[in-house]
Amino acid sequence: MYPNKLIVGALVTAAAANALAADPSPERQKELVRLVRQDCGSCHGMTLAGGLGSPLLPANLKDKPVEGLVSTILLGRPGTAMPPWDRFLNEAEVRWMVDKLLTEFPR
Amino acid sequence: MRLLVIAVLSFFIAGCASPQLRGTGDLGLIIERATGQVTLVNTTSKSAYARIGGLGDLSHASAVYSRDGRYAFVFGRDGGLTKIDLLEARIVKRIIQSGNAIGGSISQDGRIVVAQNYTPGGIKAFDAETLELLSEVPTEYAPGKFSKVVGLADAPGNVFAYALFEGGEIWVSDFSDPRHPATTRFPAGNQPYDGLVTPDGRYYLAGLFGEDGIALVDLWQLEKGSRKILENYGRGQEKLPVFKMPHLRGWSLAQGKAYLPAIGRHEVLVVDATTWKEIGRIPVRGQPVFVMARPDGRQVWVNFAFPDNGKVDVIDTLAGKVVRAFEPGKGILHLEFAPRGENVWLSARDDNKVIIVDTTSFKTLGEIAADNPSGIFFTSRAHRTGF
Repeated sequence: MYPNKLIVGALVTAAAANALAADPSPERQKELVRLVRQDCGSCHGMTLAGGLGSPLLPANLKDKPVEGLVSTILLGRPGTAMPPWDRFLNEAEVRWMVDKLLTEFPR
Repeated sequence: MRLLVIAVLSFFIAGCASPQLRGTGDLGLIIERATGQVTLVNTTSKSAYARIGGLGDLSHASAVYSRDGRYAFVFGRDGGLTKIDLLEARIVKRIIQSGNAIGGSISQDGRIVVAQNYTPGGIKAFDAETLELLSEVPTEYAPGKFSKVVGLADAPGNVFAYALFEGGEIWVSDFSDPRHPATTRFPAGNQPYDGLVTPDGRYYLAGLFGEDGIALVDLWQLEKGSRKILENYGRGQEKLPVFKMPHLRGWSLAQGKAYLPAIGRHEVLVVDATTWKEIGRIPVRGQPVFVMARPDGRQVWVNFAFPDNGKVDVIDTLAGKVVRAFEPGKGILHLEFAPRGENVWLSARDDNKVIIVDTTSFKTLGEIAADNPSGIFFTSRAHRTGF
């Protein structure tokens, strides 16, 4: 179903260093903010305070390892309602999202 | 003196009456979720007549109506419960009743409003007149473990049925004595995600996310317990990812059949609503979210989860297949039929408008500007069980 799973898995562990260098373009950042607020928001709440999905505010995420958050978004969490988003997002985009989630997510 | 009194009175009455009398049967509201507002609308003139702000976080907000259709009770994500007067276009009362809520329901007699909560897990009953807390049922399914509540629906006899997402159970609470509800528990299955009561108030169905199937309780014969229907409809095939949870409600019933969203399959499941056996499947263009019958049951309209949320498929229930597939707007989150179904209102979140479409010709009849619209709720819900 997801032939790129392994490749992404490898990227998750390998590409942390150059992720910062590859921040999404400002236009893409806007799209990502909207995606998180609106579409992730349908489970996690538009304010990210949680819903059927867990809350995603900095206080909720601060003790979780970044690599785990990145792979949860890209590959989903089997056995839960969290789907894999790797069809729509590349790793650099997810790292940017996680970085924003851990600090202050833009409106 | 008497003449003067009459003159003063008639002046006063004329002054009061100038905003003209109006009924509530053709009113409704649109949730504008990002800005914490609702827009009040008239379904006859197909126009907005007021906008009310200050309702808090309206992610996934929904509304139910008093029996007279005058008051809407809006349930917000932040636990806000707001009572709105549609005639005077104002907030009557607003309380924060929990930390994180998912919707609510109103009793058969219209006197009890019940909110369903994620945090703390459980339901709370309020006096519809005053919003005073009457009682609550915490969903402690195992010692110290509380479950999020999903799929709350009203049934005859001031009964409310709901499902426990983590608990995997269906609970039926009888509020005949509103301060002392009596609750019966039933096994449901893995991760119930939403539920519905059939329009006659007899059956409660809870859709399961964590396994293929739907749990069913006959509310007329609670002693018979719960059972599974549509078990293994996926037949072990790998599921497609679900980017938004489907919704269930009494609108799924049409012409003696239930039209239900499959989970992880781009199909609508068709079930005989007397035997509860699967009698068909209809392929559609995405993961169904709302599978909603027109009030006469001739058509069933389907919208979809991300990334197919610009599409709408219309099933003709006589033909048993999709007869119209179109893209009415961007981010179609919800739809609501006019009370008798001659038109349907679709919220196009990413176009910032609600689109009104004729259900016979499929022509667009009008649009209403709204800021990131999500749910649309008309007062005709006031007289329907399970809405």
